[in-house]
Amino acid sequence: MSDTNARIADIVNSSDIVLFMKGTPLFPQCGFSSRAVAILDHLGVPFEGVDVLQDMEVRQGIKAYSDWPTIPQLYVKGEFVGGSDIMMEMYEAGELQQLIADAGITPRA
Amino acid sequence: MPMAGAEIIARIKAGIPDAEVTLTDLAGDDNHWAAHVVSAQFAGKPRVAQHKLVYAAIGEDMGGALHALQLTTAVPN
Repeated sequence: MSDTNARIADIVNSSDIVLFMKGTPLFPQCGFSSRAVAILDHLGVPFEGVDVLQDMEVRQGIKAYSDWPTIPQLYVKGEFVGGSDIMMEMYEAGELQQLIADAGITPRA
Repeated sequence: MPMAGAEIIARIKAGIPDAEVTLTDLAGDDNHWAAHVVSAQFAGKPRVAQHKLVYAAIGEDMGGALHALQLTTAVPN
């Protein structure tokens, strides 16, 4: 278990924005993951998509790591932000844009 | 087996007694739900903590038997 946590910590910190999802950013396999990708694409920020369907250890481990029972899960600068509902609420309130700007992440040109 | 709507509401109310739950069947299939939960217990808590209260009330079936729950939370007006 601690090995799994260490692996997940490495993944979480491997990019500024990491989205644990079902499927890939190009081919999401679930409506919630698709919505999360759409929000990040709309913001125009680079992110790393981690397909949990390809990795059972990460799929189960991330739920314990975040204490969050569902996929997708968004991490910014190593911090858990929330699932797709929270992403949408934050996006609509302008908070997600602010969080990303505060993290020093700039949209793709 | 998917989780029936009445069961979802019952579990949320059991865990959060003052909760007002509005449940919508998104796909008409008894399997994809949207829940809007209003409770004074959410006051002053960040969104992640609010959602965790609801997930805790639903229990370990969250993400399992109940895999598609779109969730929004609010405090009473």
